[in-house]
Amino acid sequence: MSAVVEFERAISVVGSFPVLTGLDLRVDQGEILHVRGENGAGKTSLLRACAGLVSVSSGNASVLGFDMRVDRRAPRRYIGLLGHENNLYRDLGVREHIEFRAASVGARASDTAAALEQVGFPQQLWTVPIGSLSAGQRRKVAIASLLVGRPQLWLLDEPHAALDTESRKNLDAILTEASTSGATIIFVSHESPGTKDIASRVVTMDGGRITEDPGAD
Amino acid sequence: MLTEILLVARKDLRVERRAKIALGQVAPLALLILMVFAFALDANTSLLERGAGGLYWLAVLYGGTLLIQRSFDVETDDGNMDALRMSAIGMPSLFLGKALALFVQITVLQLILGPGILLLYNVGVVDWALLFAAAIAGTLAFSVCGVLWGVMSAGLRVRATLLPLLLVPVLAPVLLAGSRAFETALGVRAGAGWTWAGLMFVIAAVHTALGLGAFGFLLEEG
Repeated sequence: MSAVVEFERAISVVGSFPVLTGLDLRVDQGEILHVRGENGAGKTSLLRACAGLVSVSSGNASVLGFDMRVDRRAPRRYIGLLGHENNLYRDLGVREHIEFRAASVGARASDTAAALEQVGFPQQLWTVPIGSLSAGQRRKVAIASLLVGRPQLWLLDEPHAALDTESRKNLDAILTEASTSGATIIFVSHESPGTKDIASRVVTMDGGRITEDPGAD
Repeated sequence: MLTEILLVARKDLRVERRAKIALGQVAPLALLILMVFAFALDANTSLLERGAGGLYWLAVLYGGTLLIQRSFDVETDDGNMDALRMSAIGMPSLFLGKALALFVQITVLQLILGPGILLLYNVGVVDWALLFAAAIAGTLAFSVCGVLWGVMSAGLRVRATLLPLLLVPVLAPVLLAGSRAFETALGVRAGAGWTWAGLMFVIAAVHTALGLGAFGFLLEEG
């Protein structure tokens, strides 16, 4: 299996605060990696470093074959990032928003309907402004926005947040299917029902580094 | 590149059309500013006529600043800035797309304010070509300066107060040039109106060049 994410002794500093402190991690293609850890352990920073939104100042970092210390923007078009926030324009309609996201990552706007159906979003709400949706519905729109771009690497921060049990199961099925198709998934989450089952590996972070990794040499 | 520019501009304009902030709040407020000056200087008609150009551009400056602020508020809201950074849209396209959307909105604002000064300030137009050229040049300058300085302040918590503080000194030459060009177009001052309009085009061109070069870096580091 080829490495999609490979960090060696990676150090990242945001402002004057070190968020990654010598992180070692390898994630292979098709893996579903669950990153656990206490608040402030560096989980979100790890995702942002993988997306190139946080620079790696020391050590080695490679994502999808791109050296992140040389060009951290290069792999972004192949990555789908879902953070704490949903990255939604609240005044746009659901369908309009996803069509914009699709076009902005070079995907086909015609895949919008399929993405919304896949996340189980009711068709009668496709034209409703996002601002009037519930938190769970917004999360589904955010997931559909990622889905339409068919990313090779999914970076998900608490993806099950605000979703009901049925929607969590549906998201797990989507992620499993994406992984089977060759995508790699890294999600960070506190312990939550339903998330442990789909992970092919679970690692623990603390103080900006991996402290438990069953896949490490 | 044109497709990307239109994609970004269309998105911004759709957001504004739905939110109705530009037409429902900013334009009426800018119009109110013109009216307040009309009431305040009512007794002195000649002063009102002579100051019409300057007061017009002050109202555009105020309304334009609110529109620029709004243009970046929708990006900082709900983490959309990260989504823009992650998108495949080229940074020059993003810059020009947002500037184009602002250009359209500020043009609409001016289409409302223009008749406002003709009616409220009792002035007539003696040079329509100069009036339109100055309006277009000023709008261009407002739009590109707004996007450049807007992205600079977008990542900061104090952006609501910082943006006007950064923007007003940068736009002061546009305000001055616009006022002078309008005074000539309205026939209240003989002078080099076209030179002032040309100056605004130069300011717009300089900021466009700066924006094309620096927008990506500013978005990335913001």
